[in-house]
Order: sequence, then C-alpha cells, then structure tokens
Amino acid sequence: MSTRSALIEASGLRVSLGGRPVLQGVDFSVGPEEIVTIVGPNGSGKSTLLRTMIGAVRPEAGHVRRQAGLRLGYVPQKLALDPTLPLDVMRFLSLPRRISAAERRRALEDAGAGQLGDRPLAGLSGGQLQRVVLARALLERPQVLLLDEPTQGLDQPGSAAFYRQIEHIRSRLGCAVVMVSHELHVVMSASDRVVCLNGHVCCEGRPEAVAQAAEYRALFGTGTNGALALYRHEHSHVHDPGCSHDHHPHSHARTEPATAAEGR
Amino acid sequence: MLDDFLVRAALAGLGLSLAAAPLGCFVAWRRMAYFGDATAHAAILGVALSLAFALPISLGTMVVALLMALTVGALSERGLAMDTLLGVMAHSALAFGLVAVTFVDGVRLDLTAYLFGDILAVTRDDLAVIWGGAAAVIALLAWRWQALLTSTVSPDLAWASGIDPRREQRILTLALALAVAVAIKVVGALLVSAMLLIPAAAARPFARSPETMVLLTALIGALSALGGLWGAYLFDTPAGPSMVCAAAIFFAVTASLRRVMG
Repeated sequence: MSTRSALIEASGLRVSLGGRPVLQGVDFSVGPEEIVTIVGPNGSGKSTLLRTMIGAVRPEAGHVRRQAGLRLGYVPQKLALDPTLPLDVMRFLSLPRRISAAERRRALEDAGAGQLGDRPLAGLSGGQLQRVVLARALLERPQVLLLDEPTQGLDQPGSAAFYRQIEHIRSRLGCAVVMVSHELHVVMSASDRVVCLNGHVCCEGRPEAVAQAAEYRALFGTGTNGALALYRHEHSHVHDPGCSHDHHPHSHARTEPATAAEGR
Repeated sequence: MLDDFLVRAALAGLGLSLAAAPLGCFVAWRRMAYFGDATAHAAILGVALSLAFALPISLGTMVVALLMALTVGALSERGLAMDTLLGVMAHSALAFGLVAVTFVDGVRLDLTAYLFGDILAVTRDDLAVIWGGAAAVIALLAWRWQALLTSTVSPDLAWASGIDPRREQRILTLALALAVAVAIKVVGALLVSAMLLIPAAAARPFARSPETMVLLTALIGALSALGGLWGAYLFDTPAGPSMVCAAAIFFAVTASLRRVMG
C-alpha cells in the first residue's frame, strides 16, 4: 500500500489503556476498496486499534492520518444502551445526520434488518442490533467501513453469508473494509490482506501467505496445516451458499476431512 | 399582573421546568444524577463568594457551579472512580459553602433561601435572569441536539461521525451550570437535581422517542411547579420542596400506571 493512496494510515502507534500497554509500534494502513482483516487472540489490541483509527483513543506515540474529509462507518462490538433513553431503530438511523424515512428503510433492507424499524433499540438481540448499526454505518456513505467482530452473534453459515454481504457492499459502495475477527478460516477467504496482531503486528500480507507464516502458526496453529487446507477449500467455494464450514465434525460431510486448527 | 407575587412565582417555576426538561433528560440518559448534585451543591459556595465580593448571586453561583462541573469532568477523564469522587466533591462543596457563608461580614444570612429556594420572593429582575437563563439552556441544547444524542448513545459512534463527545460533554456541563444558577432562587441548591431528574423519570414510561420524552418532561415539570405552588399556598408549606413533592407524586403515578397497563 503506497502512502499516497492510503485512506487511513497509522504509524508507530503506542497505546496504553489504564496504564496497561496495549499496542506497541504498530503500523497500519488501508487503501481504497481494500478488505483488511485484523486477527489476533483475545486482548491483542484489535478493538483498540480500530478505536484509535476512528479517533476515540489517543495514541501516546505515533499518529493516525486520515484522508481529509474521510467518511467512516463504524460498527462496534456492542453498544451499551441505557434503557432510560427511548430510541427506536428508525430514530437511531437519523443520528447524527437527519435522513429521509425512505432512505432509512432502504438501508435497513440492505443490512437485512427490514422489519426492525419500529422496535426500540434496547430491545434488540445482539445480532439484530449489529445489523441495525451496520445500516446506520451504510447511511454515512462510508469510504472506510470498520467492523469490530461483526459476526459475533451469528452461527457459522450466518457468518459466511455475512462476509459475502460485506464483499457485496464493498463492490457496491466502493468502500474499503477493515474487520476485526477471530473466525480465522471463514474471514480469510474474503480478505485482500490479513494483519495478525498481538500487541504488535506479528505478520501481514495476502491470506495464504499469512496462514503459512510461522508467527501466525505460533499464535493460532496447532502445527498441522489444517487451517490452510480448510482455507484453500473455502476459497474455491466462496460463492456457494450451501458450503458452510465450521469445526464440528458433522458439518464437514461435504468437504474433505480437514482437521480445522481452531487453536484459540 | 407581574405585581402579584404568586404570578411571579408561577412564572419562575415554569421557566425552570422548561430549562430543566431537556437537561434533565440528558442527566437521566447519561446517568449524571450525582454529577448534577455536585454541581448544584457547589452553588452554595458560589453564594458565599458572591456575598463576599458583592457580586450578583446568580453570576457567582454559575461560575462556581461551572468550575465544579469542569473539575469533576477533568478528574473523571483521568479515570478516577466516578461515584466516590462525585460524593466527595458534592458534600465537600456544600460543607465549605456553609462554612464560608459564616465568614461573610455584615450579613445575617438566612441560608434556607439558598438551600431550599425562595420562590415567593422572586422579583422582576429574578424573573429576567430565570427566563434568560432558561432560554440560553434551551438554545444551547437545541443547537447541539443531534450531536449530543449521538454521543449519548455511543461516544465511539460519535467519534466515527466526526463529533468530539468530550466537547458535547462540556456543552452539557455549561448548560447544567446555567440551570443551577437559574434554579437556586426557585428550588434551592439541595433540590436542583431533583427538579432535573424526577420529571424526566416520570416521563420515561410513556415516551417513545427522545423528543417526546423532553416534551412530556416539560409538561410534568410545569404541572409539578404549579401544583407545588398551589399546595404550598393551600397547606402553608415551603414552596420549593412542595414542587419536588408534586413531581415525585407524578413519578409514582406514571410508574404504577405503566405497570398496570403492562
């Protein structure tokens, strides 16, 4: 990624939260229409990196440069909603910019939440809320869409469908996508670039290169090449809606017997 | 018409409830009740300083309330435990204020007026301050409405939309200090946060959107002010506390109605 075309570019980031160092010497950038996935174990600073890029966390060292006037769409892992605030889905979509009702309904349809418009935000399930927040992010006409663990509440076929939807959104809006995920195999097939994070950038590159990197294996792999096999297989079937994989043995009926390295 | 003290009192109560409605909603939504307490209690210190330096009371209370709110805000950003900190600040400000007032020479001061308000003694000038302050609070919150709501739902979503939630917090702080200055004559320093919080809490069960909640809060606040005044006249009770009692009764009624209606 050349510096000139980067939409967001962070360099030499050092971030501490509550006195605990979270990120150290992190360089990160995302270019137009690129899908970048950040993977890493729990507590590796994935969410913090995302929050630093939107400006919510101030780095102690290093800097984040966003292209002037860059529009961001951000979908956090969860929203802490106070039940004293009466807010339904349609009203939420008009924050902070007021948007016509027709446009809001269309965004809900696009995000697969068409029937939720009149429901109070606080009464939605985790998965429903995430779709609604995604709809709001799309209404910002983002140039970069940042998603924090977007498939958290979904089962494996649901996640696979979600990632296909993200690819679709990317090609329709022409936006870049930065995703945080722990679902290594599924997510990698949809990514242009994978960044493996553990307080610092362990390795990054094309998905197949990262999957083979020693640093990645040390974090996630169990030494078998199962993850890679599964990854290759999924990549060739990525547009087949019936082909969903998870690590339970019974769902591998249609695949070659790959032992998924779910080393978390 | 303004010659009648009851009319002036009613107008003062209405002015306060209008300003308190949007502000009280934010205090409820953002869980700032204790924050409101600390700011309001600091007003007593403001009264002492105003008397010592011969400044208008409303100016002194507003400045000290603002300083208090900014201090608490700055300390909380450094991650000190908010609940304890606010408790310490609220009660220390009150105690220092009460002590400081006794050092002011030449005034045999009846502190009750500042602690619990003295709405029946509201003058035309007081009315001008109250309605001017109320208009300023409403204008401020209306101007920042969308950004304030966004930062209330989620500071991170605000950041991503190019809104600095810390700035919105400061605007709310400023509005709160203004409201305290307005309210001290009406309900007094001890009951300011009650008039902010209780009408909003009473409105919540029947509100469907942030905007309807503000309107309902204003209505309930106005009815509480008028009802409290009427009760105070009828039973010869203190006016400020009577207004808070009326609001509390509204809260009990709407909360149980909601429960009955499911």
